[in-house]
Amino acid sequence: MANETLIIHAGLADKSRKNRWPARFDLLQSSTGLFLALFMWAHMGFVASILLGESAMWTITKLFEGYFFFGKSYPWLVSCVVGFVALVFVGHALLAVRKFPINYRQWRAIRAHAKVMRHEDSTLWIWQVYTGFLLFFLASAHLYQMFFWPQNIGPFASSDRMWSDGLWPFYLVMLLAVELHGGIGLYRLTVKWGWPNASRQTLKKVKWALTGFFLVLGLATLAAYMKIGYEHRAHAGERYTPDWAVEQAAHRGDGQ
Amino acid sequence: MSVIDQAAPQQYRHLRLNVLRYDPRHPAAKPHMQEYQIEEADSMTLFIALTEIREHQDSTLQFDFVCRAGICGSCAMMVNGRPRLACRTLTRDLPDEITLAPLPFFELIADLSVRTGKWMRGMSERLQTWLHAQEREVDICRIEERMDPDLAEQIYELDRCIECGCCIAACGTAQMRQDFVGAVGFAKIARFRLDPRDTRTDDDYYELIGDDTGVFGCMSLLACHDVCPKSLPLQTQIAFLRRKMAAQGL
Repeated sequence: MANETLIIHAGLADKSRKNRWPARFDLLQSSTGLFLALFMWAHMGFVASILLGESAMWTITKLFEGYFFFGKSYPWLVSCVVGFVALVFVGHALLAVRKFPINYRQWRAIRAHAKVMRHEDSTLWIWQVYTGFLLFFLASAHLYQMFFWPQNIGPFASSDRMWSDGLWPFYLVMLLAVELHGGIGLYRLTVKWGWPNASRQTLKKVKWALTGFFLVLGLATLAAYMKIGYEHRAHAGERYTPDWAVEQAAHRGDGQ
Repeated sequence: MSVIDQAAPQQYRHLRLNVLRYDPRHPAAKPHMQEYQIEEADSMTLFIALTEIREHQDSTLQFDFVCRAGICGSCAMMVNGRPRLACRTLTRDLPDEITLAPLPFFELIADLSVRTGKWMRGMSERLQTWLHAQEREVDICRIEERMDPDLAEQIYELDRCIECGCCIAACGTAQMRQDFVGAVGFAKIARFRLDPRDTRTDDDYYELIGDDTGVFGCMSLLACHDVCPKSLPLQTQIAFLRRKMAAQGL
């Protein structure tokens, strides 16, 4: 048994030089959160390409599958990205859960505190806890699905998932949770580490403007997928390929 | 006839003060709200209102005060949900109905009176909030080393903390975790870190606040900053300490 373990077990950890891991954990919690929040916004941009048309969304999908680089689709490339995001997500969850109220006494204390104080930043933190807790399950399920079935991303495939598979309520709740959690989290990062020459009021205004923008964009995107899914319900399971890509593939004499 | 005589008699509000009352020395008694009514007066502070109640209505009502000028920090209490100094709170800035409660987190003496000093002393000892100068012979014939006035001003700015406990009462983290150092502790560390006479390094300060009971436990809810009666720059100081302590982990 390592001496260090024995010292910790004897309750004497504080008697030697303080461990540097709390500092690293704090940095990791913030950096994984930053990565996930920025990824979330970029992700929203990609899925919102459906608002520009089915062909635009198909192009984005195929871009990530390497179609335009290799002339063939490799959905496992998407799985690689999803796998990496999932690792970061699990790391962030593990680090962030340390801050959660972990027993009834703590939960009662922070709830009463928020109700009595009516302090916006404290209340926002409770919302971060609620939405973070929801995302443990929702984001995990989404990442699992995207990791194992990356080929099911596309204008028709995604729309069928929303409508024919009936998953739109799942995505609606996840959209609200992720936008609130990420937006509040990014704001908190700016005040936690410091943001030069900007007041909290200004930072919070920017935060709400961005959250509002991405929520509207997300709801419009969800509605677009639902509409396509509804119109495509008779042919659920069929995949979309733009005419020009069909012609191009035929010309080359191969599939996509 | 003077201008004062000509003025119409001023209408004063009737204030209703709901006070959370409980005395731990009488365990049979339950925490309960008690209402007092009082007529507002010119420039009335909450301290004056409470004194009026204690002198003329209820001599058993307990609350703390010493300086009556926002210097001693004794009269901090929850005023309509926010920690404030009773002596610095004018009733004219409050609605007709005022709810008062003791500061949470600290040991309750009775009613609105809490023992902040006991916790503050423990915090001071834990964080060693005194000047750690190099041990050397002091030559009283020599002129003291000069300090840049701007730096002295910065140190003074943080030294204005009166240890009233408002920041701890407003802190969500402290409500959940009793061993959390809190903004008052961070302000003190930041003060000594600035002082060139203190020979401690960031490595030493990490030993004091480099964990989840210290600066990494702060969730940046920043109610401490918003309620500080002395308007200390707690937000920037905590962020600064976090950056310095995080750098120790790299």
